[in-house]
Amino acid sequence: MHCLDSYLFVSAAMFVLGLLAVVTRKNAVSILMGIELMLNAGALNFVAFSRFSTANLDGHVAALFILIIAAAEAAVALAIFLNLYRLKATSEVDKANLLRG
Amino acid sequence: MSPLTLITFLPVVGAAIILALPRHNHKLIQWTALFTALVVLIITASLYPQFDMQKVGINQEATFQFTEKHSWIPAFNINYHVGVDGLSFPMILLTALLSFLCIPASFGIKKGVQGYFALFLLLETGMMGTFIALDFFLFYVFWEIMLLPMYFLIGIWGGPRRIYAAIKFFLYTLIGSVMMLVVMLMLYFNTIDPVTGGHTFNMLHMMDQANQTGIILLHSTRIIMFFGLYIGFAIKIPAFPFHTWLPDAHVEAPTAISVILAGVLLKMGTYGIIRILYPILPETTVSFGWFIALIGMINIIYGAFCAMAQTDLKKLVAYSSISHMGYVMLGMSAFTAAGLQGAVFQMFNHGTITAMLFLLVGVIYDRAHHRQINGFGGLANVMPRYMGITLLAFFAGMGLPGLSGFISEAMVFIGAFQVWKVHTIIAIFGIIITAGYLLWTLQRVFFGETNPKYLDIKDINGRELFTLIPLGIIVIFLGIWPHPVLDLMNSSLSHLANMMSSVTPL
Amino acid sequence: MYLRQFAVGALENSNIDNIMFQLAIYILLAPLVAFTINIFWGKRYLPRGGDWISITAIWSGCAFALYMFFTKVLGNYDPNYFQSWQFDWIRWGDYQLRIGIALDNVSLIMLVVVTLVSSLIHLYSTAYMKGDPKYHRFFAFLSFFSFSMIGLVLADNLLIIFCFWELVGLSSYFLIGFWHEKDSAANAAKKAFVANRIGDVGMLIGILLVFTAMGTLNVTEVIAGVAAGKMGGMALTIAGLCLFCGAIGKSAQFPLHVWLPDAMEGPTPVSALIHAATMVAAGVYLVVRIFAILTPEASLVIAYIGGFTALFAATIAVAQYDIKRVLAYSTLSQLGYMVMALGVGSYTAGFFHLVTHAMFKACLFLGSGSVIHAMHGALHHIHSHDDAQDMRFMGGLKKYMPVTFITFLIATVSLSGVPLTSGFMSKDAILGGSLAYFMMHPQHWLLPVFGFGAAILTAFYMFRLVYMTFFGEFKSGPEAATALHESPRAMTIPLIVLGALSIFVFYSFNPFNPASGWFSTLNPQPDRAYEQLQAVAAHDTHAEAKSHDSHSKHEAVEKAEHNDSHGTVVESHGEEHGEEVHATDAGGHGGGHDVHHTAHLIAMVISIILATLGILIATMGYYWHKIDPNVWKKRLGPVYLGMYHKWWWDEIYEYTFIGGTKLTANILAWFDGAVIDGLVNFVATIGRFVSVVHGWFDLYVVDGLVNLTAWIVGIFGRFTRLFQGGQIQRYVLYTIALVAVFIILKVL
Repeated sequence: MHCLDSYLFVSAAMFVLGLLAVVTRKNAVSILMGIELMLNAGALNFVAFSRFSTANLDGHVAALFILIIAAAEAAVALAIFLNLYRLKATSEVDKANLLRG
Repeated sequence: MSPLTLITFLPVVGAAIILALPRHNHKLIQWTALFTALVVLIITASLYPQFDMQKVGINQEATFQFTEKHSWIPAFNINYHVGVDGLSFPMILLTALLSFLCIPASFGIKKGVQGYFALFLLLETGMMGTFIALDFFLFYVFWEIMLLPMYFLIGIWGGPRRIYAAIKFFLYTLIGSVMMLVVMLMLYFNTIDPVTGGHTFNMLHMMDQANQTGIILLHSTRIIMFFGLYIGFAIKIPAFPFHTWLPDAHVEAPTAISVILAGVLLKMGTYGIIRILYPILPETTVSFGWFIALIGMINIIYGAFCAMAQTDLKKLVAYSSISHMGYVMLGMSAFTAAGLQGAVFQMFNHGTITAMLFLLVGVIYDRAHHRQINGFGGLANVMPRYMGITLLAFFAGMGLPGLSGFISEAMVFIGAFQVWKVHTIIAIFGIIITAGYLLWTLQRVFFGETNPKYLDIKDINGRELFTLIPLGIIVIFLGIWPHPVLDLMNSSLSHLANMMSSVTPL
Repeated sequence: MYLRQFAVGALENSNIDNIMFQLAIYILLAPLVAFTINIFWGKRYLPRGGDWISITAIWSGCAFALYMFFTKVLGNYDPNYFQSWQFDWIRWGDYQLRIGIALDNVSLIMLVVVTLVSSLIHLYSTAYMKGDPKYHRFFAFLSFFSFSMIGLVLADNLLIIFCFWELVGLSSYFLIGFWHEKDSAANAAKKAFVANRIGDVGMLIGILLVFTAMGTLNVTEVIAGVAAGKMGGMALTIAGLCLFCGAIGKSAQFPLHVWLPDAMEGPTPVSALIHAATMVAAGVYLVVRIFAILTPEASLVIAYIGGFTALFAATIAVAQYDIKRVLAYSTLSQLGYMVMALGVGSYTAGFFHLVTHAMFKACLFLGSGSVIHAMHGALHHIHSHDDAQDMRFMGGLKKYMPVTFITFLIATVSLSGVPLTSGFMSKDAILGGSLAYFMMHPQHWLLPVFGFGAAILTAFYMFRLVYMTFFGEFKSGPEAATALHESPRAMTIPLIVLGALSIFVFYSFNPFNPASGWFSTLNPQPDRAYEQLQAVAAHDTHAEAKSHDSHSKHEAVEKAEHNDSHGTVVESHGEEHGEEVHATDAGGHGGGHDVHHTAHLIAMVISIILATLGILIATMGYYWHKIDPNVWKKRLGPVYLGMYHKWWWDEIYEYTFIGGTKLTANILAWFDGAVIDGLVNFVATIGRFVSVVHGWFDLYVVDGLVNLTAWIVGIFGRFTRLFQGGQIQRYVLYTIALVAVFIILKVL
């Protein structure tokens, strides 16, 4: 059971799910969740490749780095969404078209 | 520094001072302008005793008087070269006098006083400069300087159709200037400065046929150049058929500007022909003498007839100017001493007489606010002093003996008759028409029952008399004793007549 | 040469000559000074409007003129008397046009006539113009007129004659239009000036012709020049006729006669001064002056114009009712006489008639003024607005105005040519001259017909005037008659003086032979310049053979050499029948004397008969009432209408020349506005049209290309914009799709 493929399948599934969420959802929070999913899928890949390929902990470090990035990103993104909500009373990204020509 | 430079540029200085004065202090501006013009007049008059009447001028550089010569644009051999001779000196006197008299005549102007007087003085600079310039380029520059203030003076301070008139005047004159410019450049590139060997704008060098080279020696080129210069100057005279800007410009221009326009600016045309065209292209000019005589004759008769048909007093005077300038052209077309001298004397006399006429029209316009000849009637009893001066001016315009116009007209006829018999005889009939329209006008304005509208109209006032009486005195004095002006020009114009008679026509 | 000698001589040796000059200059300038003072200060600062200044000026001038006349002409007669004083007036090149004043017998006589008549009229005007609001101005203008006229008399140069000629025209303009509130007066003044100007144009052309040929305008030098052959033939004829044009204008000869009758709109003293004695005489005086240079052809034309005017004007005078108009046409007629006399070569007769006519016609005009003055008062008294000058309202005035009547009658008799008067002598001389001319040139039979025809008419219309005015019943009613009165003394004294001067004794002691009087003796006919020339030619041809046989030819040669044009030594002094000593023209050298003698006698008889006849008809018609004028009016039909309407010349001119001029003026003004200015505006319009087209081209072609480029870029832009929805999700999708495509491509 401890083969790389299974990790990669899970990771791919998570990534595709996250991508679908990003592409199809209108709600900003849902998109953010999709992005988190995709990030986590990436992190899972790092850990999996690290476990099965080499002895060092580079992959793990990268996974931790992704977690931190994801947390920072979520913080910034949620702040933007809050402002968007305050301005437009909505959380849908389509409505944020102030720069449209 | 030559006094000529002084009289030319003092008005600009005056204009600058006026622009620096407080805008709403009209009195101060008016008196500054008057003072400037007075100083110019005094300097010009003080040149009279110093002027040597024996010196010839025309094409002899050494005999020009009060000369001054500086290099101005060395790259093109352009000099600031000024001086006067018997041809230009009377014109300078006339310019200084009329400019001075026109300033009190403009005291009635209420709109944009500062700009008006500044432009007026700039105009004086242009006029003076044109008459004293001996360098063709300098002449051209002053010629154009004159144009600009005139455009604004008509276009801003004029009557209801002032924009049309100003644009017409400007464009028309500009066409002439362009013609002149082309010929000037042709001359420049084909004239050799005898000293440096390069090209030159010096008129006196251009007059020496030995300095002319290249293409301008061809007959065909010379004819083209003749007509280029002729049209350039004829528009200013204005000679038939280039005259139609004049009535419009006069009708719209304020009184003082009409005076300057008719009194000085028209003389530029004939002055230019005598000063530039005659000595530079003598044999071409002589062979086209018949043409100048013909146009002069047409001007006399045609202008007189057109004047007769006018109902606007100012337009009538404008057409009479056209008619009178015809005498100048007729006189100078003969190339005789009598004719040339008569022509230049007529230029001077017409300057004074027509100035009186326009000032008089201005007087009545200020009171009645219209100029319709048929709208007056019987003013003789309510404005006796005005009528007296009008009679003087009208009879002077008619060429009555004892007034200056007669002598110049007689000299023109005597000079022209020797050469152009038919032209002169036809032109003489112009004096009947002139008498006809002037007397008819007098009758309609002054005689008959007094128009009830004007029973309490005011007679001419002191300020207006101040502008008219000097002119009246000059007209009478020169009519009885013409020597003071005739002697100025005698040697110069005799020399020119000799020059012209010694060439062989084409 | 000749001139300088005299001028220098005058300065050097002769005291009397010096005095003469000073006096002449005084006579000339005094009225000018009076004019200047009166016009500027007369009304406000001078008592009586300054009339005394004008009067002093002209009376003193008259006194000096008489002094000069008596000392020089009568006392110390010199047939060649000539003095001149000149100065440079205009200079051009090396040429100096010298002008100045010249004194000779002719100008001295003329000077006396002018100043005398003018003085009397000044005096007369003080009463006549009394109370006029422009009294001072009237005297100023009278002075100015006197100045111009005296200058004309004294001028020695054709150009300066022309100057004063025009000044006379100017002063007449002021005087005729004196009451300029009346449109008719203003019109008449304008008409007079313009008609004169038309003549002046001819004169100016003549002056130019003379100057071009001879290089001088001095009258003496011109005559000498013609005598020396510098100008001759056709050119001289034309020049002479051109100069005569001036006289046609000023002396109101046909066809420029129309101004004179209208000029009666001026105050009556003006009519007397201008239209009797001086201004109109100026034309005749000019012909007198240039008599020596006139060629036979020119003289003939002059004679015909004069003769025709004499008869033509007399026919009009017959049918007029305005007292002044009758006199005006009679003046025309008499001027015609003078001109005809000069034309046929009766120089002395013409000039003589000028002098006598000046006196009696001034008397007639002043007399009519006196009548009008009285009538005006009378009509005013009854508040009538009838015309005070219309003779139909007058009649029987001799009772009320005896002095006026008697002087008027004397002048009338004189004008009619009744013996014992001055008019008889002068008119008779003219008629004799024309008859003599006819006898020598039978083809010109019309000239004496003109002359005698006018003579009978003159007698008729003058007596018609006298009868209608002074005889019979007063037609304006008894009430008006109570206001009639004789004029004040200032008006009657001039009448008496002038009336007296119409009597023969002042001119000749033998009333039937004027030739024995001082006038004819002292005014011999000057030799024609062309005759001198012919004499010179003849002399040259026969120089060797006959160098001493012909006294007169010899004399002529001498004169030609000395540039002297003024009459030969008068051989006729004291001769009995020497009215015309010299032959009238080149053809008449031999028999001239006899012909003249015969003609003179015949003419005298005929003219006495005709004058009597004319007076008789007038008496029958207007005094005895044997003939009814109204019947004759009907009988004459169109002829009478023509006379009454002045042969419609005014109307003809109105419709042809005046209308034509106005029409030409309007057409040319239209042409100027519509065609020439239209052309200018058309050029401007073309300019604007071109600029509009150019603007269109610039906007749609030049700028269009630019826009096309931009448009193409825009198309691309719009295409690419399709992919830029602004939805990140779509971008992501595109990315994924592309990545998928790349992957698939890579894999494949």
